[in-house]
Amino acid sequence: MSLSRRVVLFLDSISGSRSARIAAYAIGVLFFLVIVFVPPVFGILLGGSKIFEMLSNPDLLNRGGSAIAASFAIAVTVSLMDLAAGLPMAWFIVRSRSGWASTINTLANIPFIVPTVALGYSVLAFWGSSQGIGYLLGSQFLFSPGWQMIVLLHFAFSYPVIVRVMVGALQGYKEVYETAARTLGASAFTAVRTVSLPLLKPALIAGFLLAFARSLSETGATVIVAGVFENGPVFIRNARVAGQESPLLFVSLVLIIASSLFFIAIRIFAPKMRLPISTVWPRLEKRLSSTSATKSRNLLAFAVFILFVIVPSLFVVLPGAGAVLDGTLYEAISAKGIWSNYWQSIGLSYLIALVATCLNVAAGLPMSVLIARRRSGSAISGILDTLINIPIVVPSIALGVSIGIFWGGVTGVSEFWLLVLAHASITYTYFVRSMIAAVESIPVEVEDVARTLGAKPLMIFRRLTIPLSKYALVAGAIMAFTRSIDETGATLAVAKKLTTAPVLMVDWVKGTVPASSHAIGLGLGILVLTSFASLLVLTIATRRT
Amino acid sequence: MPTIKLVNVTRTFGRIKAIDRVNLEIAEGEYVCVLGPTGAGKTTLLRLIAGLAIVTSGRIELNGREVTNIRAEDRNASYVPQQYALFPHMTIRDNVAFGPLAHGFTPQQSLETADEMLKLVRLAHRATAFPHELSGGMQQRVALARGLAGRSPLLLLDEPLGAIDARLRMILRYELRKLAKGLGVTVVHVTHDQQEAMSIADRIAVLRDGAIRQFGRPSEIYEAPESPFLANFVGGANFLEGVVVREARDATMINIAEGFSITSSHDDHGMGDFVVASFRQEGTLILTNASLEENVVPGTLVSTSFLGSFLRCVVSLGRAGEVVAKVPLREALERRLPDRTGELVYVRADRSRIMLFDRPKRPLAVELEAF
Repeated sequence: MSLSRRVVLFLDSISGSRSARIAAYAIGVLFFLVIVFVPPVFGILLGGSKIFEMLSNPDLLNRGGSAIAASFAIAVTVSLMDLAAGLPMAWFIVRSRSGWASTINTLANIPFIVPTVALGYSVLAFWGSSQGIGYLLGSQFLFSPGWQMIVLLHFAFSYPVIVRVMVGALQGYKEVYETAARTLGASAFTAVRTVSLPLLKPALIAGFLLAFARSLSETGATVIVAGVFENGPVFIRNARVAGQESPLLFVSLVLIIASSLFFIAIRIFAPKMRLPISTVWPRLEKRLSSTSATKSRNLLAFAVFILFVIVPSLFVVLPGAGAVLDGTLYEAISAKGIWSNYWQSIGLSYLIALVATCLNVAAGLPMSVLIARRRSGSAISGILDTLINIPIVVPSIALGVSIGIFWGGVTGVSEFWLLVLAHASITYTYFVRSMIAAVESIPVEVEDVARTLGAKPLMIFRRLTIPLSKYALVAGAIMAFTRSIDETGATLAVAKKLTTAPVLMVDWVKGTVPASSHAIGLGLGILVLTSFASLLVLTIATRRT
Repeated sequence: MPTIKLVNVTRTFGRIKAIDRVNLEIAEGEYVCVLGPTGAGKTTLLRLIAGLAIVTSGRIELNGREVTNIRAEDRNASYVPQQYALFPHMTIRDNVAFGPLAHGFTPQQSLETADEMLKLVRLAHRATAFPHELSGGMQQRVALARGLAGRSPLLLLDEPLGAIDARLRMILRYELRKLAKGLGVTVVHVTHDQQEAMSIADRIAVLRDGAIRQFGRPSEIYEAPESPFLANFVGGANFLEGVVVREARDATMINIAEGFSITSSHDDHGMGDFVVASFRQEGTLILTNASLEENVVPGTLVSTSFLGSFLRCVVSLGRAGEVVAKVPLREALERRLPDRTGELVYVRADRSRIMLFDRPKRPLAVELEAF
């Protein structure tokens, strides 16, 4: 018997003991609490009385208050717009028999592939420069940086979230309910409104919350398109640049509390909310179900998709292409001038993402099983299930501020590890959510049978849980990885000397570091390409043979 | 020494008693069916024996060893759930080899055992297939092979034939028994199908509301059910409520309705007792002419239906209710039984075949419910 097999057998045999199981789950829970949850949420409280100094400055207080209000107003508006525009699109993708459906399905992922910083620059270039929409309309530009452009940007990057969630839900939805309603005399529109949508409510809520969280949290791209306008994250960033500590802390604290409460409130109350279904307007709804009405609805959804999502997302390609032609590419490859920093920051970004993802996979696996299988009793597992969402709901720059204070008090944590911890905290949810869903989809009977056949817990984990959830494992890890590469908010808040790639790009775009538009285009283009490559790996890895 | 021994086993879920003080002893090599209507607690009982659920109180012994607090993986009792739960990512062969591997055999030994078991269930030629490539019946055999490959002396089957179409089910149940007997394993087989239980079990434990109502050989339960529910659920029967009006050796007379009484040779009830008289549908005769014989009661034919080898006749006895007679088809054809509804017929049951029960505390219809 080989040594490795002996080791595996030994580990299998001790995994049956109560203490081994408790230890595995304890590691998962401790990692979550000590690394992921407590520092970003409660670290801020270590800021002490400094937090409230801002209260004595009415001007700052006013500015901070409107920034926070703007964050919530924009997030709610954008999420509702996403639902209105994304739902018909998802419907078309799932139900249409047209060959376009799968192409659109792929296209809808583009804003996912483009890192948000690149997206921010792209949106700025499209809506706000004479080369973009202005070129077509013969004017200078259509929008100047400000809240309208933030809405346009957030709409573009949270749109695919809604489409993905709704496509997934619709694929799992049994159309037979709708068919039954229609044979009872309901028009297609009525059937969808009174039967399908109420049944799809959990997905609608989930999609809304994800889009909302993305909009509330995004920092890097928002800074690029905000101009002098401030929402919460932009305010915190400006305060940090200006070295004002109290407003930084105070607004972060309020954002952490408000977004957590908002999230928990939606989780508790939204499922109880009933969609108004009591009245039916047969004539009107029949007209809305007609072929021409359906066609114009699809066309409108498609137009919105192209004009507000796809084209602004891809506009960064133009300056990128320019860079290839004018020799910027050569400078970049030979790492001259600003490019030496660029490559360093790319390396740093990837290293941080890799370490953070590995930590999350190792500690997230036992946690996923614990939550999915309700191993700690349904009450505690339910609470953990809610808490693991907090890191993606709270604006990441506020989390970063909090993390910085928490670990700043602990000597010996280098800036690199500070960044790793911040990224681990922010990307944790993406991995664990993906794993929980996968573990929940494995029938409990499969594990039951294995146990009665004599399999110890570790053997079940090795031979059944992991192989049966490997796609979700890879997908979750890559999602966490790309999110880490993309992260700006927390990095801006935590980093002092080190610069990750997206943060460097914000500096380039904002002119803090002088860079030509072609250089910016190329720098972002390379980020887009690497992101595209990881998504390609994801697609290949999750393709079932 | 019994292989399985349950002593006062109780399992509660909140305020619901899923299993209520169950005592059961099953001998080595025995094939026992746990029979009961939906929601009776059959699956829970099986999961308690397997160790997948933990008893609230009571004791469980397997092979003479107390296992009440032993985890499932250390009980050596293989469980085959209703939908088989074959591991979807493994080939048939790897599925079957899983148990031996779990018990520490080398991969080579485990695969050899798997091949042996697959040969036994006649699936050696599909060893490299994946579960989803097999038909329901084949999947069921793989699940069995997997359960048996670990050399577990105890097989716990939860509705093993439930997902298989009716015709194949009839064939497979005998195979199931033959296989178990050939290997000498002890089987607990949960089912809601009384015919299935009757045809293959050494003994049947009838479960209702979490408690065992009767445990015995199929013929015992059929011949001498202990309650109207058992008589109805196992085999099916007719029921008439009445009161004992005369009592003699081998002849208890029960008044069913005004001017209508029947006599049973069972004599364990006294004068004035309220009773339920019950007789099997297949022991109920239909006569076309009046007769002076005992226990002949007039009625009107409500319906007849053709059940292959039987003709099922429903006869209304007025206020006493309806009775069902299963008349062998041959006899029905030879005697030219009436088949027009509304016709006057006479129903007869032999006094020795009329069973008497205490009148149940709840209404008879509720007592007989089997869901």
